[in-house]
This record gives sequence, structure tokens and C-alpha cells, in this order.
Amino acid sequence: MTNQIIKMTVNGEKKEILAEPRELLIYVLREKLGLTGAHVGCETSHCGACTVEINGKSVKSCTMFAVQAEGAEITTIEGLGSPDNLHVLQANFKEHHGLQCGYCTPGMITRAHRLLQENPNPTEEDVRFGISGNICRCTGYQNIVKSILSAAAELNAAKEAAQ
Amino acid sequence: MKDEVTREERVTNLKGLGSSRKRVEDARFTQGKGHYVDDINLPGMLTGDFVRSPYAHARVKSINIDAAMALDGVVAVLTAKDLEPLSLHWMPTLAGDKQMVLADGKVLFQGQEVAFVVAKDRYIAADAVDLVEVEYEELPVLVDPFKSLQSDVVLREDLDPTAPGAHGPRKHHNHIFTWEAGDEEGTNAVIDDADVVATEEMYYHRTHPCPLEPCGSVASMDKVNGKLTLYGTFQAPHVVRTVASLLSGIEEHNIRVVSPDIGGGFGNKVGVYPGYVCSIVASIVTGVPVKWVEDRMENLMSTAFARDYWMKGKISATKEGKITGLHCHVTADHGAFDACADPTKFPAGFMSICTGSYDIPIAYLGVDGVYTNKAPGGVSYRCSFRVTEAVYFIERMIEVLAIELNMDAAELRRINFIKKEQFPYDSALGWEYDSGDYHTAWDKALKAVDYEGLRKEQAERVAAFKRGETRTIMGIGLSFFTEIVGAGPVKNCDILGMGMFDSCEIRIHPTGSAIARLGTISQGQGHATTFAQILASEIGIPADSITIEEGDTDTAPYGLGTYGSRSTPVAGAATAMAGRKIRAKAQMIAAYLLEVHDDDVEFDVDRFVIKGAPERFKTMGEIAYAAYNQAIPGLEPGLEAVSYYDPPNMTYPFGAYVCVMDIDVDTGVPKINRFYALDDCGTRINPMVIEGQIHGGLTEALAVALGQEIAYDDMGNCKTATLMDFFLPTAWEVPNFETDFTVTPSPHHPIGAKGVGESPHVGGVPCFSNAVQDAFRPFGNRHTNMPHDHWRIWKTANDLGLHD
Repeated sequence: MTNQIIKMTVNGEKKEILAEPRELLIYVLREKLGLTGAHVGCETSHCGACTVEINGKSVKSCTMFAVQAEGAEITTIEGLGSPDNLHVLQANFKEHHGLQCGYCTPGMITRAHRLLQENPNPTEEDVRFGISGNICRCTGYQNIVKSILSAAAELNAAKEAAQ
Repeated sequence: MKDEVTREERVTNLKGLGSSRKRVEDARFTQGKGHYVDDINLPGMLTGDFVRSPYAHARVKSINIDAAMALDGVVAVLTAKDLEPLSLHWMPTLAGDKQMVLADGKVLFQGQEVAFVVAKDRYIAADAVDLVEVEYEELPVLVDPFKSLQSDVVLREDLDPTAPGAHGPRKHHNHIFTWEAGDEEGTNAVIDDADVVATEEMYYHRTHPCPLEPCGSVASMDKVNGKLTLYGTFQAPHVVRTVASLLSGIEEHNIRVVSPDIGGGFGNKVGVYPGYVCSIVASIVTGVPVKWVEDRMENLMSTAFARDYWMKGKISATKEGKITGLHCHVTADHGAFDACADPTKFPAGFMSICTGSYDIPIAYLGVDGVYTNKAPGGVSYRCSFRVTEAVYFIERMIEVLAIELNMDAAELRRINFIKKEQFPYDSALGWEYDSGDYHTAWDKALKAVDYEGLRKEQAERVAAFKRGETRTIMGIGLSFFTEIVGAGPVKNCDILGMGMFDSCEIRIHPTGSAIARLGTISQGQGHATTFAQILASEIGIPADSITIEEGDTDTAPYGLGTYGSRSTPVAGAATAMAGRKIRAKAQMIAAYLLEVHDDDVEFDVDRFVIKGAPERFKTMGEIAYAAYNQAIPGLEPGLEAVSYYDPPNMTYPFGAYVCVMDIDVDTGVPKINRFYALDDCGTRINPMVIEGQIHGGLTEALAVALGQEIAYDDMGNCKTATLMDFFLPTAWEVPNFETDFTVTPSPHHPIGAKGVGESPHVGGVPCFSNAVQDAFRPFGNRHTNMPHDHWRIWKTANDLGLHD
């Protein structure tokens, strides 16, 4: 099949990628851009391990063609925080033991990041509903929910302090 | 020398045993820098993909690979014919049977591997899979083990039907083994004479561990140096190395097996799968690295089912409720090949722990393994070998007996518990329980949930329901479990002849930090965090200054891996013992430095002090430096130790769980209002990690009890091969769990720890199931089979006339 050039902005950097029209976004991110944080768990949109942010929405990148992301702004887990400056969510997942094997974690944190943009003051129920497209097999979610609620509180406190 | 910090601060600084130390693994996982097998990308790497059988039972008449080979980018297509000259078309299973790597003349389950395509990328490989033409001739399909045992259809034509199998005589060409424990005649005599007998048949349905990361491997054959490197999702990397060596003929020193980060295992990644073998062969054939990673459908259809036990029980008791005997028979559906991951002498795993937490004087267990046209496996999904089945069986039998006696099930348990003073306790089926205090745990649990209050509330609800004031009923699920984990001992437990010890090797660096390597491999349990804590307390070096490394067979000492909750009981013990060897040498060095006799110094947190003069001491850091840099008469330089630990016995964690549930009888939807879990795993290494393990295990228990299953139709089609049909609970379905604990250390484990990862699953499944069944007990329910999905719960309500 003929390759196409796809232009997208990934974690703030402009990228030009050559890919077949049938290539899924997750494989382009993982194998052509070396961003292996998002994972493949089901290829049917059920598990959410491949979750990234595209143009301000949480998207399961295993069921989207890379060509569909032409011109898009994409944020992956690698674009949230840095080793010296962890994102509040990353720090809180560690603090509250919100992960075990780590396979769902990048998708889960990326989803939580968008969730807190959509709803900065979520209740526990909001969080549970908001991450119900992301499956975790290890934690039973209790500590994930705790991590997200704690991150929300921290972000809100920082916002208040800034005002 | 004056000390600036208090002793208490020194203990805290170690972050040793009992500390809820934050996990060191999390830095990479939260930043997307974990390194899983599918993240491996070697230069020139090819991708492998399988042609799989659409039929559950068929003869393979022909395979035509011409069209596939003609496709640009396809490098090879392997069939059984290609593997046969290498004797790799079949491979041994962990259970002493053999399994086709690629279809050899016939296929025996839907999804079976028929041909292996190797291509430049995953897309070309998938195209080529479609181009391989396979001609099948359908054969009669057997999906019911009872029918299979009666059928003239021979599933395994490769086996001599009259010759004994790996576990003794076979009764029929589709029979695998009979395994027995206990005294059948004596048990029958007791049951025949008993005041009260309860009998029940139950099916523990087939399910699957389904870790979020599927199985995969990357094989890289370096022909120049004759070295094979195999990366993969291996819960037992050393066993894989030995098996790979035996199969391939490559000497073991020329094989390096690496388990990178593993995205959950739960038993799925214990076995050896055709994909691993094919990736190795393909790399040898092509001379470049070959990656194989299964997709979710392949995972659910072909690698490692769990359970599928048809259990028949008889339990007898006095009128007062004292249990006198237990009889259990299991028809075990093993699928097309016996690939159970059990110690060799235990083809039904530790099912003989089925007398549970109760003092049952006499018992019998018989298990018949059967071949059917289903996927092979029979792994221990988040449990020690078949313990989930055993605990489910006894915890259901107790409930049924309570109905028979018209007695409260909590009280029935209490009067039959093994008493604290009976430990070590010899069970009727041959196990020596190491320690326990069941009554204390049970009383604490019942008090915590206000058990009597709950029963009152339930009675009121039943009355209200009968008056037509509500359409929900209330269930109180109880379970008390005893696990058996931490296999060895080597004298009892081996896998393919390899004794089930485990190991730890420690190297202290001159500046007082350390690296320790173990024969196990974490799949999310947090070994890098918790094993460092064991060591910190043993050798007085802060956990933060200890690197834990696992999973690379070139560097780690030989061990049998991580499953059956064996890491803490076995490798954890090895860690403590190796630490003690370090400490023994450190004591001599300290005595030399302090110019006193060895016996005049003692270990104190992070240093050796002179007895009676604690102000004179040498810290472990000073000792480590001296070990390398000071010539000490009579001592070799360096500070290293290794321990291979063969446990004297298994450990027996236990726990008491209560689930309070509402059920809407019209929709069949259960709502969990409360779940209380008390676990006793002996000495607690990291309470935060323990709690996390319990949350996770309970969630997997909820899944299995309330909906998760691998189901087949009569044609042998797998009906549950995607996450649309195979239930994995989301945050929306899972409640918050209350955790609690008692501490009854294991008397034979160096630090008294028992292991905890699987307990919540083992105890959780019967607890959720009992809650559903208990809700219907006032309306005449005795037993219904899991999984209690909405439809089955609705059906139970309907069968009991609650919709009339």
C-alpha cells in the first residue's frame, strides 16, 4: 500500500511521519515515534491501555488510523511531566499506590488528565465513571480513584493559591 | 563516636520490614518508561503471526503456503513439517504431557496454531496469514468432559490408549489421569453412618487470567557467537531457559532469557507457548530477531485457561454441626493437551487443601482429568495450584451443610475451625498447616461488620420483600479460607524435574549500597520495593540504597519464578538467609575493626556495636568499605552472599471475608454495599503493597464470581474471545474494599512471612458467590453455579418464583 505523509504535533513537537493508510495510530506512536508509553491491550477499544489525548479529547489510539490524526495535536504520557518535574497525577499515583504492573498506567493517567480538564472538581462517582473506559487488572481501582481525587485537590489548592 | 540520630530514626531510615515504603518501580511506570516485551525493537527484527484453526476438531488435509510466500515482505512460513526435523513440532507441557507447537495432522481446539508466518512487519504478516490455504476435514467435537469419557471419538491419536500417562493408568482414550488423596473407604463409612449428610454438585466454570499485557517473545539468535537471547513474558525465566535448551539442543550457557517488565501475569505467563518456540525457530532460520506478540483474541482462545472443575461433594456432620467427614470428586476438563502448571506429583495441584480451615477427621479426594476439544491450560489464575477451586468447594459445602442443619453458616464455621493450639495441624488429606488463629480472625471480622445486625436487617428485608414493599433482597456472603502457598519443598514439589527452591544473591558495594538478584520476577507485585525492605532489616543498609534485579538469567541466580504466591515464602526467605550470611561476615569485620572478639559485637539496626558499649560501633557502610579495602587477616576481601532456599514446608495464609450485597430480583443486578477483608499473611513487609494486592485480588474475584467465563458452544467455538464478551470489571463495577489484618507469623519462614498476592482471590470468589446465594437462601436456594452474571441471577430469582 502507498505510504502517506502525516503531519501532527506530538507532545508539542511537530512531526512528519510516513505511514500506510491502514496503520493504526498506536503503532505509529509506539514504533515510528518511539513513544512506547501507551500500550496495546485489546485492539478493540475496550481496555484503554492505548489512551492518548487528541485535540483535547481522550482517544483510544488502537482503533484510529494514523492518517486520521493529520494535523492533530496529540499528547501522550511522555508529554505529561518530566523526571525532574512530575505531573501532579504522576506523583499522586506513586504516593497512593495507584499502579502495580504499570501496563494500564500511561493510559489511565492520560485519561485522568483529560478528566480533570473536563471536570476539575469530580466526586468519587465522577472519577469512577470517567475512567470506566480504562481497565486495570491489578489495583481494583480503589487507589487509582484515590490518586486522581488527591491530584484534583492538589491542583485546585494550587489554583486557589495562585489567585 | 557520637551519634546524631536516635535509634528510632535509624530504624525509620532503613525503610525495612513493616514500612509502607513507596514503590521504586513507579517512577518509570508513571512516566511511560516501563519496558515491556512489545517495546523491544531490535535492528532488522521480523514479526511472526499465526494461522489458527477455525475448527475445534479437524484433520488438516493440506497446507498451501505458496500465495503467502509470494507476498512481498514475507520471509518464511513455518508448518509442523518444517519443525519436525528439529523435533520441535511437539513440545513437552509442564504437566508431563506433550502439545503440538504447530498442527501435526489434526487440530484439537479452535484457535490452535497451524502455521507461523514471518514477515517484515505486523501488517504484512497479517496479510500473509490470510493467504495461507489450509484444507480441513471436520471431526466430531467433544466439549463436555462427561461425554468425552463415554465417546468413541479419539481426541489424542498420538497417545497409546492402553499405556499409562504421566500420572498413572488411563481408563479411556480421552482420560488423562486419576489422582487420589485420603481414605475413600473410611470416609464413605463415616458418611454412611452420619446424623446429617449434605451433598452438592457444583461447576467451577472455565475462565482466564487475562493480564492486560498479552503474551509475547522476541528471539534473537546470534549465529556468529552461537548465543540465543530470548525476551518474553515469562513468570519463570530460568525454567524457560532450561526447557529452551532441552528442546533446541543449544547449550544452556548459550541461552539468555530475559523477562522485562511484565504487564500482569496472574498465571497466564507460567507456561511455554507455541509462539515462544516459533519465534526461536524463526530467528534461527532467518538469522535475525523475530518478535511474536499475541493479540487479545489469541490470548483468550489459546493461552492458559483456568478452572473448569466439575465438583461433587458429600459432607457429614453430627446434629450439633460438628463435621465428621468430607468426600470430593472432581471431573477436570483439561482441554486438548494437559498443560496444567502444577508441581509434577500434583496433577490436580493442591486441590487436597479442600478440607479448608476446618478440623475434619477423615476425607477423600478423587480427581479425573479429561481431554476435550478446548484450549489447553489449567493454570492457577491468581492462586496457588487449584487452591481457588478447593476453597470454593469447601466454602460452598459449608453453606449447603448449614442449610441442611438449619444453622447459621458463621456459627457452623466457628465450631469446626482448627483451633489455635492444634497447629502445626495435620490435615486428613496430608498437609501440615504451619500456623493459624482462625477464631480470633473470625470474631474480629464478624464484629467489624456487626454480623448479628446484618442478619436482622436481612430478615427485615425478606419480610418487606414478601409484603411487596421492595424488589431488592439482601445477601451476606461469608468465607473463611486457608491458602497453601510457597512451593517447594523440593522433596515434594518440582516442575519437569526442576526442584522448586528459590534464590537470592547479594553484592554489597564498597560505599555501602547493594544489589540483590533473585530467581523470581515481578509482574506488578513490587518486588524491587519489598525485597529491598527485607534486606534492609536484615543487613542494616537502607532499602533506598539497595537495587533489586530479577528476570535476566545471565545475571540472576537460578530460581523457579513467581506464581503460586511463592516469591515471598521462598525467594523472600532466600533473601533473608543471604542477608544473614552477609551479616555474619560483617560481624567478623566489625569485630576486627573494633579490636574485640567476634562474640563481643552484636547487630543493631544499621551497625555492629560492642555489647554493653553501644557508643562504640561500626556502621554497615564502614564495614562494607573495610571489606573491600582493608586487608583483614583470615578473611577474603569482598562482601557477597548467595542463598538457595529450599523451604521446609509451605505457608498457610488465611483470612475472613464478608460481603454485603443487594440484588435487584427484576434486573438481576447485584450491588455490593460492603466488602470487609481480613487477611493474615504472617509478618507484613509493606502494608501499602499488601493492601494493593488485596484490592486487586478481590477485584479479580468479583470478576470470576459475577460474570467472567470462557464459554464454548457445542461446535467448540469460543464464545468469549474479546473483551466485549469476557468480563473485566471497570471502576464503575468495583466497590471500595475495607481491609483489616491479624498477624500469625509462619514458624518456619526466616521472617515469618506467608505471601499474600493470591489470598484475596482465593477467599474472594466464594465470598461473592456466597453473598448471591445467601440472598436467595430464605427463598429456598441451595446452590447455583457461577458466574453470577445478571442473567443467571435473574434466572435464579425466576426459578425460585420471585417474579410470580
